[in-house]
Amino acid sequence: MEMVVVAPPAPGKIEDLKRRFFATPLQALLSLISLAVMAFIAWKLLNWAVFSAVFTTSGGPEACQAAAGACWSVIAARWRIILFGLYPFDEQWRSALACVTVVVMTVLSCLPAFWTGRRIALVWGAGTALYYVLMKGGVLGLPQVGEEAWGGLALTLFIFVTTCLIGFPLAICLALLRRSELPWISRTTALIIDGVRSLPLISILFTFAIVLPFALPQWLVGDKLYRVILGSALFFSAYQAEIVRGGMQGVPAGQEEAAMALGMSYWQRIGRILLPQAMRNALPATINQFVISFKETSLVVIVGFFEILASGNAAYGTGEWRFAYVEVYAFIAFIYFVFVFSLSRYGAFLERRMSVGER
Amino acid sequence: MVSLLRNQKVRNALLQVLYVGLLAALVLAGVVIARRNLAEQGITSGFDFLYKSTGWDVNFSLLPATANDPYWWFFLIGIINTLFLGTVGLMLATLVGTIVGLARTSSNELARLLGRTYVDIFRNIPLILQVFFWYAIITHLPTPRAAHEAWGMLLTSRGLYVPVPNVGGIAFAAAILAVISAIALPLWLGRTSRLSQPFGERLGIQLAAAATALATAAVILALGRLPDGPMLDFPTLRGLNLQGGLRIPPEFSALAIAIAIYGGSYIAEIVRGGFKAVGKGQMEAALSLGLSPWRVFTLVRLPLALRAMLPILANQYVWLMKATTMGIAVGFTDFFMIVALTINHSGQTLEVIGILMAGFLAINLSLAAIFNRINKAIALKGNQLRG
Repeated sequence: MEMVVVAPPAPGKIEDLKRRFFATPLQALLSLISLAVMAFIAWKLLNWAVFSAVFTTSGGPEACQAAAGACWSVIAARWRIILFGLYPFDEQWRSALACVTVVVMTVLSCLPAFWTGRRIALVWGAGTALYYVLMKGGVLGLPQVGEEAWGGLALTLFIFVTTCLIGFPLAICLALLRRSELPWISRTTALIIDGVRSLPLISILFTFAIVLPFALPQWLVGDKLYRVILGSALFFSAYQAEIVRGGMQGVPAGQEEAAMALGMSYWQRIGRILLPQAMRNALPATINQFVISFKETSLVVIVGFFEILASGNAAYGTGEWRFAYVEVYAFIAFIYFVFVFSLSRYGAFLERRMSVGER
Repeated sequence: MVSLLRNQKVRNALLQVLYVGLLAALVLAGVVIARRNLAEQGITSGFDFLYKSTGWDVNFSLLPATANDPYWWFFLIGIINTLFLGTVGLMLATLVGTIVGLARTSSNELARLLGRTYVDIFRNIPLILQVFFWYAIITHLPTPRAAHEAWGMLLTSRGLYVPVPNVGGIAFAAAILAVISAIALPLWLGRTSRLSQPFGERLGIQLAAAATALATAAVILALGRLPDGPMLDFPTLRGLNLQGGLRIPPEFSALAIAIAIYGGSYIAEIVRGGFKAVGKGQMEAALSLGLSPWRVFTLVRLPLALRAMLPILANQYVWLMKATTMGIAVGFTDFFMIVALTINHSGQTLEVIGILMAGFLAINLSLAAIFNRINKAIALKGNQLRG
């Protein structure tokens, strides 16, 4: 006998809505509450940020203060301070170019084509060198600008990049030392890693910026910026070392045994067998750590650097724009959001991509 | 000599001695140089300074503090401030996180979207920026003369003024304890007698326990009442200043709000992960046993999810406790700010850094110990749980 299967009629738009949002009274209530909350916030926000906002500087701060909505003129008037800090006005194109360098470098290292140790080291080494030359100058006819004049977004990015550049190799070293078979080496390293992890980052930055000069011979003190970067790199590497170690634990013991049986030396085993697989395991957590350390660069404001948060404080702190603090913080928050959100979305994408490979 | 170096054991021992020795030498050299530099500035090392009076004051303290108090007392105040702010921040963050996390796991699409938007926005903005933001908002509130008023509270640029019961300090603490036990006692009774008593009888006992505890609180408050003034002390405007009530300084509220919002977005993700970890079969089995959706939630999903979240939650709490060090950004005298101030004023750099490390180590270790205890207490006994 032949059976005729009749497909149920395709649900109409209204029925579909009903099923998705109003299936039961409780669901309907939840939907309505959520909708009301969203509509309220969206309306308030739009009204403040767009409809009643002032965008031009023509009226000056007075006209802006009188407006009911946001005063974006403060950004129009002060964006150079926020982005470039105290960098000399005529040279600010260099600071902008340096920021672009960092962004390009980050995007390049997100492409799988650059995921070999040598290529990634090349991209980051060349990028940081280019950044340094652009910012510092003194060669190629560029006037020299000292580190104390660096500021704004460019300084934030520089601290982030150098933290990762120093911290990442250090993390791998620490992870290898911690899993050493020699008990005193692994124990001492574990003590260092756990000690650093138990301290808040601010206290480490403070120690490196203000206390360390006492404990160093004169010729080793160097600029405060580089000491703070070292402290931040140490902190980064203590966390990243644990992530790398976790990745190493995920590599089956048979892999290393097979490499030994083939007669590979220690460095060949580490460089060709263990690390590539460990880094693959550790990739999602590593991206997450990058995201966290990008957000944490903002803490250097406490030891007196003119990075984007401090330059924001300065942008509204003087005289006529004193009332426009919400707009300035919203602008900085937006900049952070763009960087951090895209990095974390990329991390989520990688995680999905890799879980496909494992199925 | 060369043959000795070829010996694996000798080589290993030498390597270890070299590594540990090098690190120890580095630290030692630093300490020696620092002591010499400090001695040149006329600062003698040692912990004697702890008993000297500070000569400066703190702006927030739960304990009585004056500029004549010794340094060790200020360190204690700092640790208590850190723990207090941390605990308030943790509780608020957990509250926010639970609500947002439940919204993210809800079956309603709009609620999920709302929760997700919250997490995406607040997790991606640095905590210190949020602290600055809330601090700016609060310090730009109207002056005391033009204060916002709501339910007897006054919102001003100098802080939030809330009404307080007009009672002595000890009586107040005892009353708070009684109120806490009014919540905790019924829960504890419910746990211990879950299987032995029928539901109705149990509810009666629980209500009676709660009522007794609340009555005790009321009696304590009535007995401890200070002779002059009304029962509830409302903040009021007198002249140019506000009098009465309890002032919550802007530094504290800004930090607590920022930690609650930022930490809440992380805890929401942990809550979501915990609920996701509960096997679908568990819920289906509970439903097929005829349990109502509410009881499926309270008896099956929540307990299992709680066990899955706790270890990660413990890490997050430790992190949040360390985040109180942001207090220095707005001038809240937490432990770290006291440390920084002490270094500035006394110059006893090395000793104070040692105290800083010991303090945070103690805080971290005790938090870890507490969570290990809780974890062990609520872990599923036996092997009923199959993956």
